[in-house]
Amino acid sequence: MDNKSLVSIDDYTKEEILEVLARAAEFEKNPNCSLLEGKVVASLFFEPSTRTRLSFETAISRMGGRIVGFTDSSSSSVTKGETLKDTTKMVSNYCDLIVMRHPIEGSARYASEVSDVPVINAGDGANQHPSQTMLDLYSIMKTQGTLENLNIFMVGDLKYGRTVHSLLMALSHFNPTFHFIAPPELEIPRGYKIFMEKNNIKYFEHTEFNDIINDADILYMTRVQKERFADPLEYEKVKNVYILKNDMLSNTKDNMRILHPLPRVNEIAVDVDTNPKAYYFEQALNGVYARQAIIAKALNL
Amino acid sequence: MNTKKELQVSAIENGTVIDHIPAEYLFQVITILGLDKSKNSVTFGNNLESKLLGKKAIIKISDKFFEDEEINKISLIAPHAKLNIIRDYKVAEKKIVESPEKVIGIAKCMNPKCITNVEAVTTRFKVINNSPITLKCHYCEKITDHKNIEIV
Repeated sequence: MDNKSLVSIDDYTKEEILEVLARAAEFEKNPNCSLLEGKVVASLFFEPSTRTRLSFETAISRMGGRIVGFTDSSSSSVTKGETLKDTTKMVSNYCDLIVMRHPIEGSARYASEVSDVPVINAGDGANQHPSQTMLDLYSIMKTQGTLENLNIFMVGDLKYGRTVHSLLMALSHFNPTFHFIAPPELEIPRGYKIFMEKNNIKYFEHTEFNDIINDADILYMTRVQKERFADPLEYEKVKNVYILKNDMLSNTKDNMRILHPLPRVNEIAVDVDTNPKAYYFEQALNGVYARQAIIAKALNL
Repeated sequence: MNTKKELQVSAIENGTVIDHIPAEYLFQVITILGLDKSKNSVTFGNNLESKLLGKKAIIKISDKFFEDEEINKISLIAPHAKLNIIRDYKVAEKKIVESPEKVIGIAKCMNPKCITNVEAVTTRFKVINNSPITLKCHYCEKITDHKNIEIV
């Protein structure tokens, strides 16, 4: 087992989160370096995820590293029936670091136990996606100047959205106030409410998406996914309730920024894109710096 | 104690009595403790009257003394079980079953999309609540609650 791996956002302490964010800011100033010169990073994408993969591979390239790997499992020995254990063992012989995306939950933790080199989880099913959380935190830090004492509004699919859950856990170190805006079918799971109550974190739940967002420092939008609904009628009822339109932003705070893990469908109207409070495209770019910092930490560079 | 007229399962000279097992879990307790493969003489009764559980089971194993670690495995399904250590037909020691902090390789994760249900991985859980016993998977991080605990 390698404790340098990053599988779950809980693997980082508050201090480590801050350390990695500070490092990300350095990479933003000087993205190109040769820290990974002579190193080989395996990029194992057992399911396609173009955005995440390109972000990681850009980070590795900018640090001078070389990449081996595959972009979906159809081009790997998985199709021949090889187990994750065997694939991981074999690849960890070849490389200095593994970046892994896998549809099965818990696969990254298991791989980190089997592998001789650190494993960075680039998403394991509906479970964890810590590099997304780090880029969300970096975006919040950059736009607000701090992570402490912020009003965080989360909107949309709060039940299944793993980015929401991981961000909630990570922000819990920083005395946030959460507002959750979701239909009852997609409300924040009970386990997280118990967690917040235990840790004295203030939170409020709303079903209406209206001018309560005027208090927000961060508005974290997510996609309401059709496939989450057992009853298509239920989806039709809620799908247009949580759409952010430009005119809803007129009385929001000046420092407020809109985040979205992307891809979006229709939950943010296109007219918001030109609003200076829209931050989701910059947020995606921040992912490269956050991932550079995560890689540097995993390899102790 | 002396008012007991008749023992429902005969007494043993030396060994361990496990009492207050929920009746429906008798055979799972036997499996977890490996008693189905034991060479010791094992006697048990099931569906006996119990004030605590309604119906209970009791197991008596001759000449067998469990390590705490071994016996705590059954706390997953029999959290109220009580142990009497018998020496020379007398209760020499009483023990209660305690929840372990970790559960390794006994229970199944209830998440069908968990790696432990896809590949041959030994399951590992943290016990996050003792009563009712609630497990959090070390791998997929999902909760398996008491009602859904299945023994491997």
